[in-house]
Amino acid sequence: MAFAGAKIIQPLTVHASATRSPDPFTNNKSTSLSSPFLGSTRTLTLTRSVSPFTQRRSASTVVAVSDVVKEKKVKATSNLLLTKEEGLEVYEDMYLGRAFEDMCAQMYYRGKMFGFVHLYNGQEAVSSGFIKLLKKEDSVVSTYRDHVHALSKGVPARAVMSELFGKKTGCCRGQGGSMHMFSAEHNVLGGFAFIGEGIPVATGAAFTSKYKREVLKEDDCDHVTLAFFGDGTANNGQFFECLNMAALWKLPIIFVVENNLWAIGMSHLRATSDPEIWKKGPAFGMPGIHVDGMDVLKVREVAKEAIGRARRGEGPTLVECETYRFRGHSLADPDELRDPAEKAHYAKRDPITQFKKYLIESKLATEADLKAIEKKIDEVVEDAVEFADESPAPSRSQLLENVFADPRGFGIGPDGKYRCEDPKFTEGTAQV
Amino acid sequence: MLGTIRQKAVAARSLSSQVLENDLMRLRSVASVMRHYSAGTKEMTVRDALNSALDEEMAADPSVFVMGEEVGEYQGAYKITKGLLDKYGPERVVDTPITEAGFAGIGVGSAYHGLRPVVEFMTFNFSMQAIDHIINSAAKSNYMSAGQINVPIVFRGPNGPAAGVGAQHSQCYGAWYGSVPGLKVLVPYSSEDARGLLKAAIRDPDPVVFLENELLYGESFPVSAEALNSSFCLPIGKAKIEREGKDITITAFSKMVGYALKAAEILEKDGISAEVINLRSIRPLDRATINASVRKTNRLVTVEEGFPQHGIGAEICASVVEDSFGYLDAPVERIAGADVPTPYAANLERMAFPQIEDIVRAARRVCYRKSSIAASA
Repeated sequence: MAFAGAKIIQPLTVHASATRSPDPFTNNKSTSLSSPFLGSTRTLTLTRSVSPFTQRRSASTVVAVSDVVKEKKVKATSNLLLTKEEGLEVYEDMYLGRAFEDMCAQMYYRGKMFGFVHLYNGQEAVSSGFIKLLKKEDSVVSTYRDHVHALSKGVPARAVMSELFGKKTGCCRGQGGSMHMFSAEHNVLGGFAFIGEGIPVATGAAFTSKYKREVLKEDDCDHVTLAFFGDGTANNGQFFECLNMAALWKLPIIFVVENNLWAIGMSHLRATSDPEIWKKGPAFGMPGIHVDGMDVLKVREVAKEAIGRARRGEGPTLVECETYRFRGHSLADPDELRDPAEKAHYAKRDPITQFKKYLIESKLATEADLKAIEKKIDEVVEDAVEFADESPAPSRSQLLENVFADPRGFGIGPDGKYRCEDPKFTEGTAQV
Repeated sequence: MLGTIRQKAVAARSLSSQVLENDLMRLRSVASVMRHYSAGTKEMTVRDALNSALDEEMAADPSVFVMGEEVGEYQGAYKITKGLLDKYGPERVVDTPITEAGFAGIGVGSAYHGLRPVVEFMTFNFSMQAIDHIINSAAKSNYMSAGQINVPIVFRGPNGPAAGVGAQHSQCYGAWYGSVPGLKVLVPYSSEDARGLLKAAIRDPDPVVFLENELLYGESFPVSAEALNSSFCLPIGKAKIEREGKDITITAFSKMVGYALKAAEILEKDGISAEVINLRSIRPLDRATINASVRKTNRLVTVEEGFPQHGIGAEICASVVEDSFGYLDAPVERIAGADVPTPYAANLERMAFPQIEDIVRAARRVCYRKSSIAASA
């Protein structure tokens, strides 16, 4: 799939000389072996091919795609991909994600945050690129690395920070924690600790959208769902089950793989027989796209297409975003297995710095505009910390609340009201 | 289906002819009540009860839909969803690929957004493939989201042993699901139970695990006119006293209720008046009813088909010892399935699950014994 302005990185191929690798696999494509990936076991040279389109098409296995997918011509580079407002919105969102996560690290080491905390530094382009295109009614389902997804979707920084501190004012009143961000208002459906668990839930949310349109006759219901997950999850059974069902029933869902090459300490290349995750889409009958996840503009372009497809009822899309996390898997991870050269390579491609450069060079914003945004966000984050600090811990009675939605667990009576509200109910014990 | 009733007749050979006659009567009435009930008929099979409950709830609320393997064109692996596809169409009766984890999760995701899925597992043994979703994304979500997102989903299907289906198809999951906060676990016995509890489960705002029993599907029970009403439903968390008595309390659920009732008839001839409690609901467990009964009779036998360790009987016994210790005249006794994976051979399988004689023997032990050593079934 080719998109305007999206420079698509060549898919990876493996050299036989690597020592710790699995058996070198032969690749059917005879493409040039330029790999952007620097695994810890490899010493590959780093070149990026600039015109991937012809090679891409020959290597493309996106054959089973619906015919609505058109080829786009490469537009001239002076074409602006977004307006100033959109640009500033996206920049603000990305900067918020980064500042927030950095603050989380600080707070964790000061003991204000505890348990498992997984930070998103470096992957902001994926979150902002996708989520900023959604409506409020669209849903986002994520994994344990969900702070920034929640923020991008609109959950206030104060609510997220309080939740992380375990306070009553958190978005889940302190009951969920870092890995379980839920917000019914903003349609953030979690926050799941088990990898792959969110994918069927997201598919179900997309199923609801289709059901509402077809069975409940809400004709204008075109809500889409985004499922975010990582490279490790792409080997999990539930992922394949849902690719199948989403394509089978043409559900309005986009499967977004945040391929940051590492699942804790397991390199993607050591864990996956065919590391090109985008290829798994066409195997199930949906388009599979690979995009540079460090470039928010490219992500945004791909996202627009995929979301548009879903809204029009054309079915699901699998998008693989090549990205990188600058910190360890979690704050408890010493992060010793990753090659420092690899980290440096990706640090140079920091999405926020790249985007800032783009905005200034294309005259969409001035240095001063951006500095003002940064200052504002820094204040928002500081305020969130203060708010969270000052918020009370949950009261003891909260322990037993909300196990059931039903207040006493006796169910609903024939009149449609809760049975425990019927005064005659609590009198006898047996027959009804 | 007739085969299973014949098996039961064989198993009951050692009992009085009265019991056999009951079985034969059921055989006849089952044959005559294969279709939906017509006005005036007062007997209904459990299968028809479940089918009619699903039908009525789907008619009343368009957000209710059924999902599972073979629920549509095959009319249901055990014909529970017969006729629903024709009536409601493939969008509401969804045949799925063999992907328990996937479709259970899809059900949960749709419930997050307010639909009311009824997810069928062909047997609850297959629910183990989806147990992550039942527990982590369904049961715990209302709590984790602090009440923002409730999950009005029903997971239903046959549970426990059938006849000769082997170890991997015979486990009872009541104890596993019954220990999870956030789930409601229901276990119907009769047709009235099946109708009332399934309707309550579908209307309920919380996740419900609905454990049926394959061998009960074909059994016929009398149903009252009230139960045939489409707004009928039973409360969750309330047990039913199927038979009143004063000497001993026997608690049971699902198929074991039938066995306990037959055992009670036998015990009657010995002068032991047994009170049989049909639990109906494993979570929330109706401790109040059980304890009130034990305080009246002073003796307790719990019956279940599941494995004995950490089973439902264990929980009931603990509850009674905690709350009504002073009222007990004998140690509490629990009867459960044998502590082995279910064997295939018919005679071994018969030994692996409680039979009516076992319940009778346990009741007699509890009534006459003076020492405190508990013998296992």
